[in-house]
Amino acid sequence: MEEIGNLFHGFSIVLQPYNILLMVIGIVLGVIIGVLPGLGGANGVAILLPLTFSMSPTSAIIMLSCIYWGALFGGAITSVLFNIPGEPWSVATTFDGHPMAQQGKAGEALTAAFTSSFVGAFFAIVVITLVAPLVANFALRFGPAEKFGVYFLAFCSFVGMSKEPPMKTVAAMMIGFALAAVGLDEMTGQLRLTFGFTHLLTGFDFLIAVIGLFGIGEILLTMEEGLHFKGRAAVINPRIVLQTWKELPKYWITSLRSSVIGCWMGITPAGATPASFMSYGIAKRLSKNGRNFGKGEIEGVVAPETAAHAAGTSALLPMLSLGVPGSPTAAVLLGGLLIWGLQPGPMLFVENKEFIWGLIASMYLGNVVGLIIVLTCVPIFAAILRIPFPIIAPIILVFCAIGAYSVNNSSFDVMMMMVFGVLGYLLKKCNYPLAPLVLAIVLGDKAEEAFRQSLLASQGSLAIFWSNGLVSTIMALGLIALFWPLISEAWNRVRSLATAA
Amino acid sequence: MNEKSEAAGATGPSHRMAEVGLTVLMIVFALIVIGGSLQVGIGWASDGPRAGFFPFYCGLFVFAASIFNLFAAFSVDARAGLFAEWGQLRQVLSVVVPSAIYVAIVPWVGMYLASALLIVVFMVWIGRYSLILALAIAVPVMIATFVVFERWFLVPLPKGPVEAYLGY
Repeated sequence: MEEIGNLFHGFSIVLQPYNILLMVIGIVLGVIIGVLPGLGGANGVAILLPLTFSMSPTSAIIMLSCIYWGALFGGAITSVLFNIPGEPWSVATTFDGHPMAQQGKAGEALTAAFTSSFVGAFFAIVVITLVAPLVANFALRFGPAEKFGVYFLAFCSFVGMSKEPPMKTVAAMMIGFALAAVGLDEMTGQLRLTFGFTHLLTGFDFLIAVIGLFGIGEILLTMEEGLHFKGRAAVINPRIVLQTWKELPKYWITSLRSSVIGCWMGITPAGATPASFMSYGIAKRLSKNGRNFGKGEIEGVVAPETAAHAAGTSALLPMLSLGVPGSPTAAVLLGGLLIWGLQPGPMLFVENKEFIWGLIASMYLGNVVGLIIVLTCVPIFAAILRIPFPIIAPIILVFCAIGAYSVNNSSFDVMMMMVFGVLGYLLKKCNYPLAPLVLAIVLGDKAEEAFRQSLLASQGSLAIFWSNGLVSTIMALGLIALFWPLISEAWNRVRSLATAA
Repeated sequence: MNEKSEAAGATGPSHRMAEVGLTVLMIVFALIVIGGSLQVGIGWASDGPRAGFFPFYCGLFVFAASIFNLFAAFSVDARAGLFAEWGQLRQVLSVVVPSAIYVAIVPWVGMYLASALLIVVFMVWIGRYSLILALAIAVPVMIATFVVFERWFLVPLPKGPVEAYLGY
């Protein structure tokens, strides 16, 4: 039980007053980021990343991951009170959360949402604690071909599982890979795709892309919709909280199912948003109150929130153990690891035990702290949303610009952020997914390196990706994920033929 | 290529036009990537695949997927819907234009002054607030930013003539 000992050591690091302070700051900032339009988990973390350059990696990751938990909590506030999902994964929460608020049960809805978020996240953290070291240990055996196989699997899942048209996903993803290739080629030391522009020597920084695509793009979308906030007041007092907590254990089976769905969707890079929809849909079909879903059923809040948090949290599992992030925010955190000089992937568990177990311990504590903070401070956070958009929008813009500048101290990056912003708006409007684009920029160099090293070993033959049982299994899983829509359709057709006969 | 759909009296560029425009942009991007890869070589050298090898195939994929998307965009009914109404686009541009000017002047006048200007312009022009209120928000926000970044976290931001005058 070496893990338990490591975990307790992690707790002893996290419980230092400085780290607890960072945790609280992170959660509060995260909730604000989650509440504000135009600032999501991914670009919120990206903007604040430069501030952590001077901290120790463990303290930095504690603060940044707490921003992430805070953002996950914050999305629920806007969904329930304002019927505006602050984050895409809270869309399903509006279906029943907002009707509950309209019936004057905002307090109950929020308590249910926060508690379910906590349950989902907690389940995912336990999974990470138990599974991540095993996966990492297993992955230590991976050579370049297996590494490439894992990237292949991750990106195939995007194509097969996203709700956007597959060819648009492929286009977005490959644009990301191409952007990642710009600049110095690390293997040959040659410059490529710079066309003589000195600004392009260092390539495109994915943090700039994240801030532009998600931050600026989101502000432009909000502007187009001409958003007016009309919020409901929320009353949360200990009585309501206790009352709701008494009611929640009834839905333990929904919680458990949603946690499992969330973890699965988070580890495969499908992400929190589809997880929340899927969990809501299944709960609606299986619940005996299913008919009341959409009219303010508390179970309809429990299901998507649990799944979204389980997915959001478990997205860190492949990031830590394999170096493949399960979500854009996990990708930004991975970028942070690289900047602090840590190599994400299986070696982290061997070489940086203190860091990894500090992070895992901070997940447990961060979610407890987060639950307490959101339950006690909802009215304050809701008040932030009442600040008119013309005031808050330029301030968000300014912070995006400052964040983009401070990544590399480059004014050119600030301009690139604007270009990415307009691009993000167009892509979003035309139904292109942004997550694979960002992940491709992050992983581009590593995927290319693994690919080229494999080919080098095999003298250019693609057969190396089918050369042993392990890599063949990973590649086959990738192909299944890639063609999943076709496979499931064929399966349904076979089944309907069978029932007809 | 200038079909306007007149659904419910609202006008604006059609969704199809936007999709076609975007895919054409992607095709151009793909061709640039392919061209750039060919320049550095896409074949094999003595030390393995050359620098252009990987981006070349990425470019090919973007090209092929975009051609597919182009045909998909054309097969959609031209009157299927609007990309956005002109009024909405004007709203979007009213953010894009000041922000673009903002990012362009940051290197010259410094982050703090440019940011304060952006907040003021935005509040007065789009929000129709009074100049005094706008200043009352912009100036404290930027002073707070200055304290947090320059003093607390020691992250230097671009500074211009005003900061130089004040001795920074």
